[in-house]
Amino acid sequence: MNARLKRLGLRGRNLTTAVPYLWLIVFFLIPFAIVLKISFSTTQIAMPPYEPLLHWAGEKMLQIQLNLGNFAFLVEDNLYWMAYLNSILVAAVSTVICLLIGFPVAYAIARSDPSARNILMLLVVLPFWTSFLLRVYAWIGILKNNGLLNNFLLWIGVIDQPIQMLQTDFAVYVGIVYSYLPFMILPLYANLEKLDLTLLEAAADLGCKPWQAFYKVTLPLSKPGIIAGCLLVFIPAVGEFVIPSLLGDPGMLMIGKVLWTEFFNNRDWPVASAVAIALLLFLVIPIMFYQRAQDAEAGGGVHR
Amino acid sequence: MSTQPRPAQQKFEPWNDPDAKPYVRIEKVTKQFGDFVAVDDVTLDIYKKEIFCLLGASGCGKTTLLRILAGFEKPTSGRIYIDGVDMTSIPPYERPVNMMFQSYAVFPHMTVEQNVAFGLKQEGLAKAEIARRVGDMLELVRLGQFGKRKPHQLSGGQRQRVALARALVKKPKLLLLDEPLAALDKKLREHTQFELINIQETLGVTFIVVTHDQEEAMTLSSRIGLMNHGEILQVGTPSEMYEYPASRFAAEFIGSVNMFEGRLIEDEPSYVRIECDDLEVPIYVDHGISSSPGATVWAAIRPEKITIGRDQPQAGDNWAAAIVQDIAYMGDVSIYLLRLDSGKVVRVTQPNTYRHADDRYTWDERVYLTWHPESPVVVTK
Repeated sequence: MNARLKRLGLRGRNLTTAVPYLWLIVFFLIPFAIVLKISFSTTQIAMPPYEPLLHWAGEKMLQIQLNLGNFAFLVEDNLYWMAYLNSILVAAVSTVICLLIGFPVAYAIARSDPSARNILMLLVVLPFWTSFLLRVYAWIGILKNNGLLNNFLLWIGVIDQPIQMLQTDFAVYVGIVYSYLPFMILPLYANLEKLDLTLLEAAADLGCKPWQAFYKVTLPLSKPGIIAGCLLVFIPAVGEFVIPSLLGDPGMLMIGKVLWTEFFNNRDWPVASAVAIALLLFLVIPIMFYQRAQDAEAGGGVHR
Repeated sequence: MSTQPRPAQQKFEPWNDPDAKPYVRIEKVTKQFGDFVAVDDVTLDIYKKEIFCLLGASGCGKTTLLRILAGFEKPTSGRIYIDGVDMTSIPPYERPVNMMFQSYAVFPHMTVEQNVAFGLKQEGLAKAEIARRVGDMLELVRLGQFGKRKPHQLSGGQRQRVALARALVKKPKLLLLDEPLAALDKKLREHTQFELINIQETLGVTFIVVTHDQEEAMTLSSRIGLMNHGEILQVGTPSEMYEYPASRFAAEFIGSVNMFEGRLIEDEPSYVRIECDDLEVPIYVDHGISSSPGATVWAAIRPEKITIGRDQPQAGDNWAAAIVQDIAYMGDVSIYLLRLDSGKVVRVTQPNTYRHADDRYTWDERVYLTWHPESPVVVTK
């Protein structure tokens, strides 16, 4: 057995590195291929609810039929454009808010006493102990017209009657920022904690006031953490479905909600798949460009 | 600012000139961290164009004193003057002082040029002026070819020179160097020592260097301040520190030494005689010391100031009988460890003057050690 494996070039080391690749192939690449396949087919009322791509035409003719109509449909119908743009806008604004809140928090934790750091980080991660869905539900109780927040504001006398907060964009932003903030703080903290403090002393020594040292040294050096945190918030926020459906205006256009409707209400799997593929391209292409630019910068200097 | 190297024949000893004004004045500076006294009532005068070394073991307070000079630590009490101006409460970014950090603290996200230009940009100088000064400074530290590189593409020695250039390009009144050579390997360290001295003489900047390496302090400095437990024990030129240590600690910290504990049996203005338990005959020293008769004193004799011989000396003092216990051949010198009859081990170095010396002393040989009456240094603490 062992010898046979070896003849095939499957030594222990190769097998170990093969495991993650296998995982990625089985759980990411193959499902992606299936979704891609469905996005090129035509819907029909059957099980499964779409036509096969390959079928026999005559004796020895295997025909492949690609339906590009699903993608054309996405371009033609304004609904999808609006949903994509609105999702990206909501995700981008949420990401910026997360960064504005997350950076000072991560910075403060990284600068705090080493014995306190673990406890503070534990508090950041603590919400994950409860279900995501429950935590979003809890916000309904806080934001609704006779909810906690409105009652509090009425009690201290800031307002005379409840403000409509639930089922507004505001509630969606609150929900997304609250849910994804830890994903911003974690990579930022990991980055800021490693920052060599003598670099800040060196900046002060060379004439920088504290805020200048922050702007010229801390901020550029925390760029990898900022980017990692922003990607971790932005990408899932674009496709977010639960938060806008529970907290947002029912008419709010989000691509995650459109996807849900296509799949479950319209039972149009091919169009739903096309929506998913288009979303993936929207997100992956900018990230790939960014990665290439990063690599070029890291290797630069000598070649420039 | 003089760009000419100092003429060798003209002695540079401003500390002996009663009219010279100290350039850096550390006045009764104390720094406490909680109950721990890191710097204990230090008063020091440092003169323009000196290379002053703060020498001491780790934890002796030398780095804290340097950080007080840079402005990173505020002294608990005492004052700091630089060029006559009170700097005690001036923040680091407003001091005419630059520091070279032990870790170099080169900005990893900037090229060599950007690192060196950093401080000048902060001053708001014109672009052309910055480019010219950065270029000149990179030439001086021989990094002209490396301006566009990032720090991770440089060797340790090159990063050290970036740190030096970045600090010097601001033309500071005072450059502070924290263990500047500790991270370099031995060959590069020796080379860099002389390079540092050359650069210092070219630019005429006053250097204060912190080091734990007595050899480094001896080569670099105009004067050494020896520190222990936050206090300055002794200040002097390298040769003063070596030949006239003021205490047992100073004698033992700088170079190696044989220490003989004894009592004064004769105490005259022109000579003293010391009786030691480890020696059969007394030690005779041809100069007087200030101490009371009968007091415990220590006679310190450097290993190279003792001679080994085979014939028993006839004199009534300054010799000892011993057995060769160990020999270390170092090439230029040999180190002998010799056991006295009392059991005390004495260290003696002898130059290997001839290539084929057949009569070298060998293990377990009975020999006699002698020294000149002016060789021992008598210390009372």
